[in-house]
Formats: sequence, structure tokens, C-alpha cells
Amino acid sequence: MTKRTVQFKIYRYDPDKDEKPYLQDISVELEQSDKKLLDALVRLKAKDDTLSFRRSCREGVCGSDAMNINGKNGLACLTDVDSLPQPIVLRPLPGLPVIRDLIVDMTQFFKQYHSIKPYLVNNDPPPERERLQTPDDREELNGLYECILCACCSTSCPSFWWNPDKFVGPAGLLAAYRFIADTRDQATNERLDNLEDPYRLFRCHTIMNCVDVCPKGLNPTRAIGKIKDAMVRRAV
Amino acid sequence: MNRKIVGAHYGLKDWIAQRATAVYMALYTVVFAICALTLPELSHEAWSGLFANGPFKFLSFLFFLSVFYHAWIGVRDIWMDYVKPDGLRLALHLVTLFLLIGYAGWAAQILWRL
Repeated sequence: MTKRTVQFKIYRYDPDKDEKPYLQDISVELEQSDKKLLDALVRLKAKDDTLSFRRSCREGVCGSDAMNINGKNGLACLTDVDSLPQPIVLRPLPGLPVIRDLIVDMTQFFKQYHSIKPYLVNNDPPPERERLQTPDDREELNGLYECILCACCSTSCPSFWWNPDKFVGPAGLLAAYRFIADTRDQATNERLDNLEDPYRLFRCHTIMNCVDVCPKGLNPTRAIGKIKDAMVRRAV
Repeated sequence: MNRKIVGAHYGLKDWIAQRATAVYMALYTVVFAICALTLPELSHEAWSGLFANGPFKFLSFLFFLSVFYHAWIGVRDIWMDYVKPDGLRLALHLVTLFLLIGYAGWAAQILWRL
């Protein structure tokens, strides 16, 4: 790919200066080496240094540069800039308070994540080496532990938009199932009790927006189904 | 109080109930369609005769109860999603509940009149 110019419409909002948010039309010339949307954003930032967005690892591991790209949540660093119809419309993740431009306040998202106790609970004295699992038991954790907490899923979920303070959201529930499924964890009952609530888990109506947007290809809906399955098995 | 309190333990029960009532309504629809389509004639007598039949009356009443219970969970979900003031939500829950209980009584009265 040679040099080319890419058109953007970017959500801009600086609470110190702007009365309300607006979409800025801006274009940027890309070099041959610029492949991903993040590369284009870095070029844009060089052109207009007031543009604010988060990024760190630039390879889909840290989850910092999640944003709404042409109407669909995704990671700028994993999105091919040439695959996007122009003008590329960039907005902050929906449903969370905007701090500035493409940067949102993730407090509520992480509050929900922490509410499911995202760590192994095991009161046995730690063995000399690691706590072992059978390969089959370990297999169950695949598709769960890979979550990078970018919040693409939770912020595409209407149930999370309406009740971000009460509904755990797909990311938190995926993490919850990661520990419910872990054979080394001893707090399964408490974890299920913690979710057996009309809001925390059962706001999920299986519309699968989370699966559609997950940049890591994970399936929170399946994990949520397995939590419900575990609750039913426990109850009958 | 400024804290958000969650942890009412009826989530699972209602989730199962909503699915169970949905399955029953689907099965009843099939039975109802077969019974209605195999009526000898489409007259008021044949129609009320169908519902005067004891087992069919029982199945029909169960169907109405399923509709109302299913609707209770679904409508309550809508209030829970969109109505934020707790007092107003409680009032809407009660209105919904009373209406549905009234409908259930009404359905019983109509069915057993036959």
C-alpha cells in the first residue's frame, strides 16, 4: 500500500473548552507502513495534538484503545485501517461517561469486575509447588482467561447501558465464570449466591452483542449460559 | 442511603419460570391449533363445546396462567430496565401484578361459565 489520505469524523469533547461534544472532520496522509487504525490515530495526534485517546501495547494485549469504530466497538490497534469505509467515524465507547475525546471513565466497568472477586479463593495451605489441575479441567478455562478487559463487550450491551451500577456486564460475568469453572477455587457457592439476582446476572437477555464485538473472539454469552446452568444444577 | 444494594435471590426462579411457561405456551398452541382445526364446524356451539371439555378447560386455564406469569416477569424486566426511581418502580410492579391477577380471575370466570 502506498501513501494515501484517509478521512475521519472524530468525536471531540474537551469539558474545559467545549459546551457540548461535536464531530470533527479531519483527514490524514498515511505512510506505507501504517496498517492499523491506531497507526492513523498516532499520525492524527502528530497533526493535532489536542486529540486524546488511550493506547499502550499497540498489539491487542492491553485493551487500552477500545473505541466505537464506524458504529461498532473494537480495538484500534487490531483494526485494519484500509478495511474501513470512509469517513471513518470514531466515537468513545458508548454508555460510559466521557472524560475527553475518545477517553471514557471506566470506573463503573472495573467496579463490576471487582464485584465478582476476580481471584482464586482457596483456603488450603499453598502446596510447595503450584496447585495442579488435570488437562481436562484446565481445558475449561480456555476462552475465559484471555479477556483483556477492554470493555468493548460491556459497553455494547444495552442491559449494561441501562443498569451499569447493578448488572455485572459480559466482561465481569466472563471473569466470574472463569473462577466458577476453576477446579482449584473453593468459593463456587458464594460466587453463585453473589450472582443469583435479577439484576447482576439475569439482566442478560442473550442478544449477543458482546460476542459480536469481542476483539479476542471470546464468547461471554456462552459463559453466562454456563453460570445459569450451574445455578440450575445446584437448585434441582 | 447512597449505596446500590443488589442481591435479591429470585433471579434464577423467575428465569426458569419464564422459560417453562414459554415451553408450555408453545405446546398449548400446537394442541389448540389441532383441536380448533379439527372442529366439525366453526359455530358458536362447537367453539364453546371445545372449551367446555374438562381436560381442555384445564389446559386452557394453565395456558392463561402461563401467559400472565410470563408477562409478569417480562413487564417487570421492562420496569427494572427503564424506571429508575425505586418508589415509582414498586408502584408499577404492583399495578402490573394486580392487573395480571385480575386477568387470571377473569379468565377463570369466562372458562368456567361454559
